Amino acid sequence: MALLQIAEPGMSAAPHQHKLAVGIDLGTTNSLVATVRSGMSTVLHDEEGHALLPSVVRYLPDGSVEVGYSAQSQQSQDPHNTIVSVKRFMGRGLKDVADIAQLPYKFVDTPGMLQIQTRAGKKSPVEVSAEILKVLKQRAEKALGGELTGAVITVPAYFDDAQRQATKDAARLAGLTVLRLLNEPTAAAVAYGLDNASEGVYVIYDMGGGTFDVSILRLSKGVFEVLATNGDSALGGDDFDRRIFCWILEQAKLPPINPEDTRLLLTKSREAKEWLTDHAEARITSILKSGDLVDLTLTSAKLKELTQHLIAKTLNPTRKALRDASLAVEDVKGIVMVGGATRMPQVRHAVAEFFGQDPLTNLDPDKVVALGAAIQANVLAGNRSENDLLLLDIIPLSLGLETMGGLTERVIPRNSTLPIARAQDFTTFKDGQTAMSIHVVQGERELVSDCRSLARFELRGIPPMAAGAARIRVTFQVDADGLLSVTAREQTSGVESHITVKPSYGLSEDEIADMLQSSFNAAESDKHARALQEARVDAERLLEAITYALKQDGELLSETERKQIKANMEQLRNLMETGNSHAIHDAVEALNHATEEFAAKRMDASVRKALAGQKLNSLEL
Amino acid sequence: MTRSTTKNHFELFDLPVQFCIDPDRLNQQFRKVQSEVHPDRFAAASGAERLKSMQLATLANEAYQTLKNPTSRARYLLQLQGIDTQEDSNTAMPGDFLMLQMEWREAMEEATDAHDIDALERLLTEMRKSSSQFQQDLQQQLDENRAYEQASGTVRKLSFIDKVQADIEQAISKLEDA
Repeated sequence: MALLQIAEPGMSAAPHQHKLAVGIDLGTTNSLVATVRSGMSTVLHDEEGHALLPSVVRYLPDGSVEVGYSAQSQQSQDPHNTIVSVKRFMGRGLKDVADIAQLPYKFVDTPGMLQIQTRAGKKSPVEVSAEILKVLKQRAEKALGGELTGAVITVPAYFDDAQRQATKDAARLAGLTVLRLLNEPTAAAVAYGLDNASEGVYVIYDMGGGTFDVSILRLSKGVFEVLATNGDSALGGDDFDRRIFCWILEQAKLPPINPEDTRLLLTKSREAKEWLTDHAEARITSILKSGDLVDLTLTSAKLKELTQHLIAKTLNPTRKALRDASLAVEDVKGIVMVGGATRMPQVRHAVAEFFGQDPLTNLDPDKVVALGAAIQANVLAGNRSENDLLLLDIIPLSLGLETMGGLTERVIPRNSTLPIARAQDFTTFKDGQTAMSIHVVQGERELVSDCRSLARFELRGIPPMAAGAARIRVTFQVDADGLLSVTAREQTSGVESHITVKPSYGLSEDEIADMLQSSFNAAESDKHARALQEARVDAERLLEAITYALKQDGELLSETERKQIKANMEQLRNLMETGNSHAIHDAVEALNHATEEFAAKRMDASVRKALAGQKLNSLEL
Repeated sequence: MTRSTTKNHFELFDLPVQFCIDPDRLNQQFRKVQSEVHPDRFAAASGAERLKSMQLATLANEAYQTLKNPTSRARYLLQLQGIDTQEDSNTAMPGDFLMLQMEWREAMEEATDAHDIDALERLLTEMRKSSSQFQQDLQQQLDENRAYEQASGTVRKLSFIDKVQADIEQAISKLEDA
């Protein structure tokens, strides 16, 4: 793609050092890791040459943990301790999982997020996911020969705040620095768009093992603008397996079966489904633990009939997304198919019929998400790329507050481009009221009880006033990862109080810290050593970034301003020699504060240049 | 603190301060600004730069949304003139518009009760036509005649149409799910 290479302020801290960054597709069924090597995005393989890592985690009797094919092969022997499709439980409570009765796990109902009882103890979906991420991290570090700077991890576009936060927590637990959470369809669009130098409106139809997403993007000169997204975070290839499984039970007239046989027949169902992608019929044979014999033939016509309603369920979100983007089917230039489940011929036919054109399938639907994530990771890590791209993503679900009578007051509407901030003013209800409780929800429904509860907090210390006199401003800020923070502030006659809530689901900061603690080996287990290490890395990164900025745009500063910044830098350098992580942290803060005006000036200058049509590349090349 | 935060939305994108804008140019300018300030450009930068980038990218998104939609663009222009459009407090509509309002509402309820998605779609098309008529009025009132009181009245009408359109879309969406 012929794009101008624009010098990115602050991005090229160390021009000659290639930062190791990866894209990770943490899938329901399979996970992958990819990286950009010599300008090409490539999937990294394990020692046996597998690209895919089955997202299966098994807790063994000897206390060890198995991930991937070896775990998958044991799933029918050891169903309680072998966790399959854990992504479906991320950020979810027990009541959110529809088919709990059909699953072979011992669930524990814990507030916020469910847990699974295994022989290794209670495991949160965050911990299980972290096991998968650890394996991918190891694979990448081995292949690339060094420690990773960071990773971009993909999530379904339709994931809500709880599910995103859980994913980020899992990455942290696996020791990964998250450069960005990236929506899967957007990642696919990047991989696809950059390959094909496409322009125009594209629909990404993404059906994975457990989730369905549809996103509509406008591609123009390297800018990927997401216009609308919709989906169903509990619909995917697994549901097709379960339809087949239920059909087997019905046909074979089986009595209620045990967890081992359930797992066995679910696997047989998946195999039959995959076989039917290229064949007209599949034979399903199995001898169950109970002694019952299963011997059935499933035709592709029968499969189509069994799963018709599942495919129909994907077309409603598609219609809604088009409507939200104010577009018609005719405006769509191409449809990109993503996710293993889009291999099914009946899915492809339904999509082709809906859009009146054949979907694009020239990239491997299993790999395209990881490939796109790797490209974005490379850009974010600060490696130069010839394809200078910009992703403008959106928030999939509206955010609001509970008001009187259990009604939702929408503050940020769905499909708003990120980052976004919105403020809403509230007042007190009673004379002398000194506290106010704030309940943050996500969803499209009018009743709070029909939306997902994200956080509750209380604003205290409101000075006593007559009812209606206080002015409480609640501000929502959603960052580029799609994660929310809420600030409430009472602002009358100079009295202010202030609270920021970062919702964390099921896991508190302390719990994460403890898990991290126990997962590191003895040499690293010293909390202070770790804190010091982190503070030094932070400080180095900051010094590097500011040195570069001063070199590039130092002339924007007066002599006094430059001297002040340099003095702060020297102070930080001196403190780094000491072993005091708090002092280093404070000096980092001070330096950040001292460069605020400089940062604003640089950005202002670059915007003015861009709007005036000046090319910045002449400065760099 | 800096100039960019005190610029109005039009100035941010280097566009003339008027109702009539070239949507392609707005799109282009928005992308140019985001290419410079988006947090993705500052992932490895200092904390101060990351904070500033988040603020400016947020502002650019807000400005773009405000200018892209004709109703909010007109409302914003009036705000710059110090005029409140009073959409919540001033609900008095001229008689002919009141009649239209009632017809639209009735048509929507009938079509919804009859589960007639096509009729709802037709209603949407009809409302879009009225909407674009009012937008032409706004161009005259704001850019040519500076008739701000009149323009306020037109914004209130457009704002009503936007609300009914959203309700119709919601109704279609519900019928499709059923």
